[in-house]
Amino acid sequence: MTRKQRRLTLIGGGLAVLGVAVALMLNAFRDSIVFFNSPTDVVQKHVEPGTRIRLGGLVKDGSIVRRDGLDVRFEVTDGKTEIPVTYHGVLPDLFREGQGVVAEGALDGGGVFSADTILAKHDETYMPKEVADALKKSGHWKDDYAQRAAMPIGGASK
Amino acid sequence: MIPELGHFALMLALGLALVQGVMPIVGTRTNDPVLMSIAAPAALAQFAFVAAAFGALAVSYMTSDFSVLNVYENSNTQMPLIYRLTSIWGNHEGSMMLWVSILTFFGALVAAFGSNLPTVLKANALAVQAWIAAAFYLFILLTSNPFVRIPNAPFEGQDLNPILQDPGLAFHPPMLYLGYVGFSIAFSFAIAALLEGRIDAAWARWVRPWVLGAWMCLTLGIAGGSYWAYYELGWGGFWFWDPVENASLMPWLAGTALLHSAVVMEKRGALKVWTILLAILTFSLSLIGTFLVRSGVLTSVHAFAVDPRRGIFILGILVLFIGGALALYAWRAPLLKQGGLFAPISREGALVFNNLFLTTACATVLVGTLYPLALEALTGAKISVGPPFFDMTFGPLFVPLMAVMPFGPLMGWKRGDLYGAAQRLLAAALLAALATAAAFALERGGPVLAPFGIGAAIFVMAGAVTDIVERTLILRVPMRVALRRALGLPRSAWGTAFAHFGIGVTLMGIVSVTAWGSERIAEIKPGDSLQISHYRLTFDGTFNRPGPNYRDVVGRFTVHRRDGEMIGTMQPSRRAFPDRNMATTEAALMDRGVSQIYVSIGDPNKDGSLPVRLYFKPYVLLIWLGAGIMFFGGALSLSDRRLRVGAPRPARARSRALPQPAE
Repeated sequence: MTRKQRRLTLIGGGLAVLGVAVALMLNAFRDSIVFFNSPTDVVQKHVEPGTRIRLGGLVKDGSIVRRDGLDVRFEVTDGKTEIPVTYHGVLPDLFREGQGVVAEGALDGGGVFSADTILAKHDETYMPKEVADALKKSGHWKDDYAQRAAMPIGGASK
Repeated sequence: MIPELGHFALMLALGLALVQGVMPIVGTRTNDPVLMSIAAPAALAQFAFVAAAFGALAVSYMTSDFSVLNVYENSNTQMPLIYRLTSIWGNHEGSMMLWVSILTFFGALVAAFGSNLPTVLKANALAVQAWIAAAFYLFILLTSNPFVRIPNAPFEGQDLNPILQDPGLAFHPPMLYLGYVGFSIAFSFAIAALLEGRIDAAWARWVRPWVLGAWMCLTLGIAGGSYWAYYELGWGGFWFWDPVENASLMPWLAGTALLHSAVVMEKRGALKVWTILLAILTFSLSLIGTFLVRSGVLTSVHAFAVDPRRGIFILGILVLFIGGALALYAWRAPLLKQGGLFAPISREGALVFNNLFLTTACATVLVGTLYPLALEALTGAKISVGPPFFDMTFGPLFVPLMAVMPFGPLMGWKRGDLYGAAQRLLAAALLAALATAAAFALERGGPVLAPFGIGAAIFVMAGAVTDIVERTLILRVPMRVALRRALGLPRSAWGTAFAHFGIGVTLMGIVSVTAWGSERIAEIKPGDSLQISHYRLTFDGTFNRPGPNYRDVVGRFTVHRRDGEMIGTMQPSRRAFPDRNMATTEAALMDRGVSQIYVSIGDPNKDGSLPVRLYFKPYVLLIWLGAGIMFFGGALSLSDRRLRVGAPRPARARSRALPQPAE
């Protein structure tokens, strides 16, 4: 095999693998991307029931209702709109009324958000980035919310 | 006084770095040996000054000098000494100090032990190393000075983020940084080769130990971080595809590719230009990782917005070094001479295959990590790219890699015998098929693909064993001869076999935990029992246990096997840290062979009931055991004679040796 042929084989093989990777990525992007929405977004954008989204905002004061066992119901608010959320499972550390929260799941037919994941915070002063932005947008941001970033090193954001 | 000395030492190190970055290069241009010889002592002195600065910071932490802002914010007299020390790198400023300390440490090692390097290459490489150091000194001094004082020293500090007060995290960042920064040596040598415009196979031999060492540390660092997340976050997950984790995985993938392409370059003189590019890319990914973690773009846009100088400064360093290096590469790489020819089916071909898939997999991780940031910056839309994305892209790209891996070491250089290799792997393939069938028969539930994953893991492991069997001819020649052959094998051959075996072990752990792990979430009262897998856990009640700077609420569980025999107790707890008004979950783990029972608890409810997460993790320990085996393989390979001996061995000696060592 000459040098030129070899180089062509290499480049051809490389492009083929790259093509496969791009196809995989496009496919994955179509199926597995989850958009973040504030409660107001959910109402304004008419998010379809059954579409997986992340819902972020503050846990509304006085809205947490624990039913038998591990069923929890609460409301997520951005100051303008509230969306009821149901969740089954152990809530993360520092899940509290008045604190920021990100829930992942989908709306059911009746406008209730059924969450299968509640994202935890690590620190009293840390707020999920999306929540902070959503609050700023709706004018409910207080300066004392996030002065420090939460994880200094190598942590996971879950 | 001590912090000021540290601050001053850092400034002196910056001055030295500037001298070391300029003079030797001028020396190589004007062919002035005196100017070139400045590099080595300057690198040693630089390390001494940075070590002094780091030491000054360490002393401030040890003596709890709360007049230093950094100490006040991250330390506390109630903390045990070990955490007071590790909290040095538990925060931004201190971790950057650790970064430069390791960087100059490596520079000093090159200066001290690089006596067999060509003068010009050594001078250029140390100069490049000094540029990197200078950029990061400036970053620390201008935006992240750890030696800033507060006018009225408080009596007590604020404490380290409790989640970081853990032995696992004490040593995770240094290992990770040793890996990240270790790749800077390969980068500096690559730039030096481009500056000089010539490169030969010996270059690969000089660079390989550094890459190998960095790769080993990164392997341990990633595994340590994964184990820490597993037991400390209380979720039982070992990998979240979190951007911070991806930031460490990307240099690992590129570094693994570099490790393999450097072998081709060393043995066959081929792939020179590609290896140089990989060396640049690997360190670039380390820099990108540093940027992602340190600029704060990930945790909060506000960390970036409150102090944008940091983010923009690191971004500047990123653009300067990556852009500069790639531009230099585009300009100078055509000067480098092409290497030897090889057929597509050959050891070289297999290693190219490895490189192709590793770098592509690395690219998918990069896209998945940066795409949300880019999209938000461009359109404002916020998305999250979670595990499904990586499962669908990274997973399929790793399958061919696992399938081809056992073939590589069995193929000859230049032109390989695919049919012969396949014949020799027949036993391994049969074993893999058997394991797949067994997994189908024995396990209920789980994804259909999982038994094939077990098969792939067995194939990789058996392939590594086959490699050694073929080299020693064990079972075919008398035991004594086989043993002598085994002892005569180059250590790098053993290293290859161990590292590949380790990959198989890790894969096996990942597949079985993901497919067959079981989980129960419940709310229980004292006296209640929960069944999981073959075990039954009875909740006895909770009690309080005080610690140095925290208070534990401990839940006590008695564990029985299904046949009724008691095998022990487990005590997960909720750990409250009053100084920070926060709590962490301390999971309890019980080893059953290489499987684990995992219990974590939430805050007790008012009625005395306790939320519990209970997991059974089959073969979970294999994940980290495999990483340990990879590290061991790397260490064996690092101790190989040819990496210690400067001059290439004569060709005659090599042809007499057994089949060529493979990496």
